[in-house]
Amino acid sequence: MQITVNVNGTEHARVIEPRLLLIHFIRDELGLTGSHWGCDTSNCGACVVWLDETPVKSCTVLAAMADGRNVMTVEGLGSDRGLDVVQQAFARCHGLQCGFCTPGMMLTARWLLDHHPDPSDAEIREALSGQICRCTGYENIVRSVRWAAEQQAVNNHGQQP
Amino acid sequence: MASSPDLGQKDPYEYSSRKEDARFVRGKGTFVDDIALPGMLHGAILRSPLAHARVVSIDITAAAAHPMVEAVITGAMLAERGLAWMPTLSADVQAVLATDKVRFQGQEVAFVVARDRYSARDALELINVDYEPLPVVIDATRALDADAPIIRDDLAPRSDNKIFDWAAGDKAATDAVFERAEVVVAQDLLYPRSHPAPLETCGAVADMDQVTGKLTIRMTSQAPHAHRTLFAMITGLPEHKIRVVSPDIGGGFGNKAPIYPGYLCAIAGSIITGKPVKWVEDRSENLMSTSFARDYHMRGEIAATRDGEILGLRASVLADHGAFNGAAQPTKYPAGFFHIFTGSYNLRAAYCEVTGVYTNKAPGGVAYSCSFRITEAVYLVERMVDLLARELEMDPAALRMKNLLRPEQFPYTCPTGLEYDSGDYPRALQVAMDIAGYAKLREEQAAKRERGEYMGIGVSFFTEGVGAGPKHQMDIIGFGMADGADLRIHPTGKAVLAVSCQTQGQGHETTFAQIVAAELGLSPDDVEVVHGDTDRTPFGLGTYGSRSTAVSGAAAVVAARKVRQRAKLVAAAMMEASPDDLEWTEGAWRMKGDADQARGIAEIAMAAHSSLDLGADIDGHLDAMTVYNPPNLTFPFGAYICVTDVDPGTGEVIVRRFIAVDDCGVRVNPMIVEGQVHRGLADGVGMALMQIIAFDANGNCLAGSFMDYLLPTAVECPSPELGATVTPSPHHPIGAKGIGESATVGSPAAVVNSVIDALAPFGVRHADMPLTPAAVWCAIQQAPH
Repeated sequence: MQITVNVNGTEHARVIEPRLLLIHFIRDELGLTGSHWGCDTSNCGACVVWLDETPVKSCTVLAAMADGRNVMTVEGLGSDRGLDVVQQAFARCHGLQCGFCTPGMMLTARWLLDHHPDPSDAEIREALSGQICRCTGYENIVRSVRWAAEQQAVNNHGQQP
Repeated sequence: MASSPDLGQKDPYEYSSRKEDARFVRGKGTFVDDIALPGMLHGAILRSPLAHARVVSIDITAAAAHPMVEAVITGAMLAERGLAWMPTLSADVQAVLATDKVRFQGQEVAFVVARDRYSARDALELINVDYEPLPVVIDATRALDADAPIIRDDLAPRSDNKIFDWAAGDKAATDAVFERAEVVVAQDLLYPRSHPAPLETCGAVADMDQVTGKLTIRMTSQAPHAHRTLFAMITGLPEHKIRVVSPDIGGGFGNKAPIYPGYLCAIAGSIITGKPVKWVEDRSENLMSTSFARDYHMRGEIAATRDGEILGLRASVLADHGAFNGAAQPTKYPAGFFHIFTGSYNLRAAYCEVTGVYTNKAPGGVAYSCSFRITEAVYLVERMVDLLARELEMDPAALRMKNLLRPEQFPYTCPTGLEYDSGDYPRALQVAMDIAGYAKLREEQAAKRERGEYMGIGVSFFTEGVGAGPKHQMDIIGFGMADGADLRIHPTGKAVLAVSCQTQGQGHETTFAQIVAAELGLSPDDVEVVHGDTDRTPFGLGTYGSRSTAVSGAAAVVAARKVRQRAKLVAAAMMEASPDDLEWTEGAWRMKGDADQARGIAEIAMAAHSSLDLGADIDGHLDAMTVYNPPNLTFPFGAYICVTDVDPGTGEVIVRRFIAVDDCGVRVNPMIVEGQVHRGLADGVGMALMQIIAFDANGNCLAGSFMDYLLPTAVECPSPELGATVTPSPHHPIGAKGIGESATVGSPAAVVNSVIDALAPFGVRHADMPLTPAAVWCAIQQAPH
């Protein structure tokens, strides 16, 4: 079957097997390897991408289900002007070690801050609780998200007249 | 004697974000499954559904006829090439693909190579294997029964399931201490089977170049050089025609220290098809077939005086190694460093004996974030001390404080022969108690018990031995445990350090750059660290058992100091002075008595490569290499306090606080050190409360996915409260000790001690991990779980 998916602002038309998983479409067909595969059972969240405006676990979404829709991966975070504040935060606060879970964590964190610009630590932990990190014990991920929230508030405030 | 680094006015190790982070936050890391080579094929492994069965026949006809399949490989085909069996890290052998029997559920039976990922999986279903089921051995305590089925008949004339008997300590002296002791407490303890479960599973891309005859294996390897040598020995290919590349590794924790059949299948697939072959296991394969950890059935006994002086320890252990002995540990130590079970206490005598057995379970065991069975040892002694405290009605922290080794006792030779290098244990425990507000916590607990609320306070103290060798005492299948460093200084003074260890997230590119920079007066930005490529790095045994800073870090220091000595001769030529007139201060060679006359490494490096007459004693470069053979292990230690709240109605445990005071000697990068501790504390929560690889009576693995093998998330993990003391290692060149695994080693006992403490009003003395709600509820009800 043929599908057309907008990934990080670019339209991609491909002929695919109907059973192809979105994670394999992104990684193998498009060569965007920043999204990772870790478990197959929607437990680990290494494969989290945005489907339209919502983070999804792309190991349990068919590529066909993304036909005509927008996908954002880690490669779409940030802009020509530089890293997203969440990416800056993870680097600054040692929010990653091996880097395998990091893209998924950052995409969920970005969604959280878009909807809850000033989350409590408990809200941050709850938001990330569908994803597994084996390296950080989560502490520095939580600190990263908190720093990003604070920094974003400063940045937004600075832009106001 | 160690010399401390020149700390000067500012900390030379100070560095903010890691060098690695720039690529990872952009999704630009390169993990094995990210690699796509032209013409690359995809492999998949057919695995046994049975735990023990004779393989009667394998029919690959239909699979081989699949239009997308390029090869189907069986054990018989590998046997023709001498590849059907491979050595394990404990000098046992393991089947690459089964030829005679399958010995655990998930064992490798056949390998399909196809043109895409999905077709390879499809073709697995076309392979028809006829199995003749055999009786299984799942319960390790039954493995040595007279009527137990023999798992390893391939090892005939061996006729039982025993792997080894091993003992350490003075049995007679220990027995004498126990006979005279006023108080003896005994307890059976299970350290259940666990799995490191890095988020990235194991995998490889094997690429046999038919023209050059060179085999390149890009793989998830914590020990690229050891793996290259093993591949050379197994395949018969010349070692210089094998290149192992370990790219970015998505966590290891011991899981990527061994070699696995899948790697050899990918190699065989590439040799047979002439094309690159990728094999990446899925999560179930990772949990069910790659090396497990722990699985120690222990009996501990502790002897003491009535007033709380600990006199002796005894331990008897049955070690379940699964179907092939794949334990990753030094040859002389089949139970690893379990004999450190005397812990951190001033004992008169101790004796331990360990028996290893085969069972019909996945092979192992690896040191899951622990230096060779020290986690099991620490758990045993720390549970026994808590049980003793209960028996004596003493506070467990006070009992520990009374018996901890004193600073003046170091270096200290423990009753089983390990020489602890340095420590100030009472200080670490006191710092932890101060952070916790220990006395106030006990008051809070007492008040809550009055109200029928169950709060626990768990203390643990650990001593770890990390950074193996020395090589004359410690080897893995014949390779002495040492590590190389190769330091090149470019003419403009930029440095490239090549090391034999391999990061899996620990930040070696940052830490080792800081080490070299501090030694040579450079900026860490001017030091590039190369690792994970056997064509570009010197030989060494790799990263596990917290070896990297302890061994490779020391190698980097030694190489840098060699560079400095070479630079001294060049600087003398530049300054037309005698080398004896120069001294190294503040990152430069300076004229004694005239510090303004100075030459830094950058200008010295340029001079070394210039037309300057350097004299006969030095050739024109500053480069240096070394192999560091550690004189001893380093012995990090720490004190942990865990506060839990237990719901007696549901058995749910909430870890409210976790205080961790670690002493790993000099900290090169405190931020990275703390990150390592955070991780290990999460392991403590996971192992104590959730993680277990369990089996049913038929040998079916009950933890084959993350739905069943539960790992802690951000919700279960507390926000840790960390403290530090610094007791330098006297024999490490900058006084550092390993830290990567300390918290994994020390924390499970703190959690369990805390939960059992919470349950004390119910008369609960002990319950085995994992303390799931069901296990806790059963303990409260005094019911078997």
